[in-house]
Amino acid sequence: MAQVADAGNAARATAETVAARSYGRLVAFLAVRTHDVAAAEDALSDAFATALAEWPRSGCPANPEAWLLTVARRRLVDGVRRRQVGEAVLGELQQLAEHVVDAPDEAPIPDQRLALLFACAHPAIDAAVRAPLMLQTVLGLDAKRIAAAFLTSPAAMGKRLGRAKQKIREAGVPLRVPERAELPARLDAVLAAIYAAFTDGWCGGDASRHELAEEAIFLARIVVELLPDDAEAPGLLACMLYAHARRAARRSAGGDYVPLHAQDVARWDSAMIGEAEALLRHASTLRRIGRFQLEAALQSAHVERRRHGRDNATAILQLHDALAMLAPSPVAAINRALALADVHGAAAGLGALPDPRIDARIAGYQPYWATRADLLARSGAAAEARAAYETAIALETDEAVRRFLRGRRAAPGT
Amino acid sequence: MQYLLMLYASEGGWNQLSPAEQQAGIAAYTAYTEALAKAGALVGANRLQDSDTATTVRLVDGKPVVQDGPYAEAREQIGGYYLIEAPDLDAALAWAARCPGASHGTIEVRPVWHK
Repeated sequence: MAQVADAGNAARATAETVAARSYGRLVAFLAVRTHDVAAAEDALSDAFATALAEWPRSGCPANPEAWLLTVARRRLVDGVRRRQVGEAVLGELQQLAEHVVDAPDEAPIPDQRLALLFACAHPAIDAAVRAPLMLQTVLGLDAKRIAAAFLTSPAAMGKRLGRAKQKIREAGVPLRVPERAELPARLDAVLAAIYAAFTDGWCGGDASRHELAEEAIFLARIVVELLPDDAEAPGLLACMLYAHARRAARRSAGGDYVPLHAQDVARWDSAMIGEAEALLRHASTLRRIGRFQLEAALQSAHVERRRHGRDNATAILQLHDALAMLAPSPVAAINRALALADVHGAAAGLGALPDPRIDARIAGYQPYWATRADLLARSGAAAEARAAYETAIALETDEAVRRFLRGRRAAPGT
Repeated sequence: MQYLLMLYASEGGWNQLSPAEQQAGIAAYTAYTEALAKAGALVGANRLQDSDTATTVRLVDGKPVVQDGPYAEAREQIGGYYLIEAPDLDAALAWAARCPGASHGTIEVRPVWHK
C-alpha cells in the first residue's frame, strides 16, 4: 500500500513540476496551429488527468512534457473528429497530423509563448481582459485566483476569459510574433498588460495579490528571454524588480504602511535591486528609450537617494518631465507635480497637478488627493489639506494605507 | 478565412462633396477594389443605397411585419461591404485600414461563420 501511495505522490510531484515549468509552453505550442486556446487548455488538462492516472502504475516517463504533448494532441484530434463530420474535418485533421509529425517527441518543444502573449494582447482583444488572459493561458492560473486579484467574481472573470478565447478562435486572431514594423506598438500592449497584472498584485494588501506580482515578473522574464534585442522589456522587468525589492519594507512590524522616504533600507532585497540595475544598464546600451526604462530609471534614482543620501531631485524631475512627454497620463502628471514641488516648492507642484474637473478619472484616484493634500500642507493651507486627506482616506481600500493617511491628516506638513 | 468588411459612414456626406471630390472618391474605391482582386482577396463587394430605402421584415405570430426604415436608426449607417479572403484577422484588419471608407467612417470587420 505504501508503495502505491509513493508512486501516486511521485506522479503528482512530477506533474506539478511540469505544470509549473512548462504549462505555458505546452498550451502555446498546441494553440499556435489550431488557433484554439481553449481547446489547447482542455486537451492539456485532460493529458494531466491521464498522467495522474497512468504514471503511478507505469512510472513517470523520462520526458514528461513530450508524453503530455502526445496525449494532448491525440485529444485535440479526437475533439475535431467528434465535433465535425464530412469534408470540413479532413482539412483540420490534416493540419493537426502535420502538427504531430513536425514535432517529434524527442525534439525540444518550440517555445511559442511569445506568440501566445501577442495574441492575448492583440488590439482586437478587450484591453481589460489582456492581463487575465496572459495569466491564465501562459501561467495556468485558474479563473478564481485571477478574479480575486482583479476584484471581480470568478463567474464574471471566467465568462470574459471564455469570450476572449472564443474571439481568438473565431475571428482568426493570429498567434504569432508581429513583423518588425509593427512590433514596437504591439509589444507595448503586451508589456502594458503585464504591468497591469503587476500593479494589481502590488497595490493590494492581501497575500493572493502579492503573488500576482511575482507572476507578472515571471511573464516579463519570458519576454526578456524571448526578445533579447528589445530595450523596453528589460526596462519593464527592472521597473517591477525595483518595486518588488521593497515589498518587505512597505509595511512596519505592526502592519503599518511605510512610505518610501521612511523605509528601512536594510529590508530591501539588495540582490533584486542589483538585478534591476543590471537590466536597466543593459537596456540603456540598446539606445532606444521608452516609458518603462524611464520608470525604472526613476526607481533607480529613488533607491540611490535613500541609500546614499544623494540629493538628486533635479535629475528625478528631468526623468518625470521625459516620462510625462513620452507617455502622458494623469498618473504621470501627478508624480511629476510631486517631483516639481521637491525642486521648485509646493506652490509650483500644486500648479502642475492635473485638474479633476477636466479629467474625471482623477477625481476618484486616491494618490491624486493624497498628493494634493501633501502639497497643500507644505504650502501652509492646513484646512484645505485636511479636506483633501479626507477624500483620499474615503477612496483608499487598503486599511494600512488608510491608517497612514489618517496619521498625515492629524499632523499635516510633518 | 473570409471576413465581411462593413463600411459605416454618416449618410448624406457623399452628396455634400463637390463633383471633383466625388470623382476622386470613386477612383479611390475602384483602385482599392482592384488591389483586392489582384491580391486574390476579393470575394464580393457592393455599395448600398441609403438607409431611407431600407425596409425591415420580421414575423409576428407567423405573419410578416414590414416596416419602413433601417434596423437601427443611427447617424452612421452601413453604406457598402467587401467580402474578402484573408489568412487571419491581422491581414483582414490591414485590408480594412487601407479601405477608403476607413478615412470617412468606421469599418466593422466580422469573420464569416465557417463551420
